[in-house]
Amino acid sequence: MKPLAAVRRFSGRWGLVVALAILPIYYGIRDLTHGYQAGLANGHPVIHHDLSHLGFNLVQGLSNGAIWALIAIGYTLVYGIIELINFAHGDVFMIGSFTSAGLWGTLGLGLTTGVLGLIAGLIVTLVVSMTVCGSLNVLIERVAYRPLRSAPKLASLITAVGFSFILQNVGLLWLGGSPQGVPDLIGESQTVFSISGVPIVRGYILAILVMIPLVLALGWFISGTRAGRAMRATAQDPEAARLMGINVNATISLTFLLGGMLAGAAGLIYALYETNVWYFQGFQAGLIAFTAAVMGGIGNVRGAVLGGLIIGVIQALSDSRLGPQWTEAVVFGYLIVIMILRPRGLLGEETREAG
Amino acid sequence: MSELKAQFSEWRAAINRVLPPWFSRALALSLIVIAIIAPFFFAKTSGFMNATIIAFAFAVMSLGLNVVVGFAGLLDLGYVAFYALGAYSLGWFGSDFFFKAHIHVGVSGIAATESGIHLNFLLILIAAALICGLAGMIIGLPTLRLRGDYIAIVTLAFGEIVQVIAVNGQSVSVGGGMTLTAGNLGISAVDSPYFPLIGNFTLLNLRPWYWLIFVILMAVLFVNLRLRDSRLGRAWVALREDEVAAVSMGIPLVRTKLSAYAIGAMFGGMSGAFLGTYYTTVNAGQFQFGFSIFILAMVIIGGLGSIWGAVVGGMLLGYINQYLIPDVLNTLPQKFGLNFSLTQIEFGIFGFMLVLVMILRPQGLIPERRRRLEMTSEIAAEDAQLVESGAPGGPA
Repeated sequence: MKPLAAVRRFSGRWGLVVALAILPIYYGIRDLTHGYQAGLANGHPVIHHDLSHLGFNLVQGLSNGAIWALIAIGYTLVYGIIELINFAHGDVFMIGSFTSAGLWGTLGLGLTTGVLGLIAGLIVTLVVSMTVCGSLNVLIERVAYRPLRSAPKLASLITAVGFSFILQNVGLLWLGGSPQGVPDLIGESQTVFSISGVPIVRGYILAILVMIPLVLALGWFISGTRAGRAMRATAQDPEAARLMGINVNATISLTFLLGGMLAGAAGLIYALYETNVWYFQGFQAGLIAFTAAVMGGIGNVRGAVLGGLIIGVIQALSDSRLGPQWTEAVVFGYLIVIMILRPRGLLGEETREAG
Repeated sequence: MSELKAQFSEWRAAINRVLPPWFSRALALSLIVIAIIAPFFFAKTSGFMNATIIAFAFAVMSLGLNVVVGFAGLLDLGYVAFYALGAYSLGWFGSDFFFKAHIHVGVSGIAATESGIHLNFLLILIAAALICGLAGMIIGLPTLRLRGDYIAIVTLAFGEIVQVIAVNGQSVSVGGGMTLTAGNLGISAVDSPYFPLIGNFTLLNLRPWYWLIFVILMAVLFVNLRLRDSRLGRAWVALREDEVAAVSMGIPLVRTKLSAYAIGAMFGGMSGAFLGTYYTTVNAGQFQFGFSIFILAMVIIGGLGSIWGAVVGGMLLGYINQYLIPDVLNTLPQKFGLNFSLTQIEFGIFGFMLVLVMILRPQGLIPERRRRLEMTSEIAAEDAQLVESGAPGGPA
């Protein structure tokens, strides 16, 4: 106990910042000194000594991170209001991807669709996917969490895990057990422009373009509207909020609706961006996004976005340097490091749970 | 409902009055005797025996997880890590996997002549328990200051890290051309247990396997029962109920929590080593997150913190998983014209059972006495009665 406490006193927030910065700095220096293989010329590897590979990782990471940020907000909103890790959230996101991919088929969106049709179709898909995921999340809250709200917290955590498995198996029956390719509607890997040798492709722009307005709208909703004020009040003290005339049950449902809608949007971006969907994507994405939420400080929306972007960069670095098969272990390693150094995350306040 | 309940408890009391005091012990003893002679009524390789052996092994794991989740109240979602480590202890110390080594202790037959490390199964069992106990403490360390959901997430992260290492261990060299694990290919030439007088176990005769896992189960059950009523067991329950109060009463937090992790992990490791040799392969694909939830479902369905509940839950889900779903009900959806089999969605079924049990009967099938009281709030009712009747001095 004593050494742990000492480490924490010593480290605080900056310890975590240093732990997070180590990976990009290490690989940046390594690229400069040892170089990296940029390609093949006449069968010989071409070695470059610059930072464009790192820049590529960062850009890719930030746009991956946009997806994780959208999912992480769902975790953080729900945790903020009822202190529950909504394990099924990642799988709601998966259902969003599946709905989007299925809807493209129904609407007849394909590689030959014109630009206007494509934009209209994608907007319809976005709306439907957000509606489906939002309603699904509200339904899960109603069926699995609300009856247990007065029971020990372990109980609703267990039903959350149970629902996660139910949704996974729904996905398994829906599209089978292996990743399914979906049409690359936007030509996601086409370079739009490049900044000092780092290509910016359409997929990245899409992810960022969808994420930023949604996050801004959410921020406005929470801070600027009556319903948002009710959410904040309920998060702070449900009992007092009820006494002030706030409908607590409706507010909690609204929180689940918002989280689910963002997950639905993330699901659509994921399908466009990765051009494949499978039933297990939700579980992995859920764990990564949860790590992001904890890293930013759970309960804090800005923290979730920051954490999502950071985790995206870590993931991109690990994918391209260590190999994607190790990424999960690296992300979880970071989760454990956060738990040791600063359980309340980068921007979070001290909570009773995280002590 | 309450009338019915009162009627039942009346009947139960009446039955208890009629039966002699030694009855429950005699019942337990006769059940054990029946369990010991049961294999003679089945064929040597019957499918039901196979399911029973695996169900026993699951019950051992369920008892182990029950120590962590049920007794100490630390939600562990990474229990599969101990299954993996136990199975790999067998893979490492009971096969020709480390082919550069030549160590043979207490083995016979092919195992005594092959290269690699070949220890007797009992030694492997001890090694698995030690390795898992140590791993349990390592996993426990970062969670000491955390509570509730955070513990669940950290243990889950450890479980996933162990699984990732198991899958990718093929590319981790430990020197001399040997690797850490065989990944998804599996370490498949593992030794079967050998005991003097009985000889090497084979899959053509399942009876010795049955007795072996039965002995392990009984030993673990005995340890569990003794632990529950020990000083340590009471300390776990006290920490679970109120950490602050328990610590201020002088319960050492670190030692008590870490011992819960370590002991729970040991049982998982022992069962893992047994399943490794029984399945004759140690394959990274076995150690999915779903398995952690499967074991958790056993503990929850049986009744959190209840030893008999853990055994019953483990056996029940073991049979459902090994016998009912694959052999009996598997083609049910096809009869309704649906194009899938139940084995595909078994984890979905277990997830559904978790939700159902949690909502309809959160105390589980065989609830622990203390928890049953909490759940049905009989204590509150008793207190209210005391207040009403104005009894002095509170409950006697």
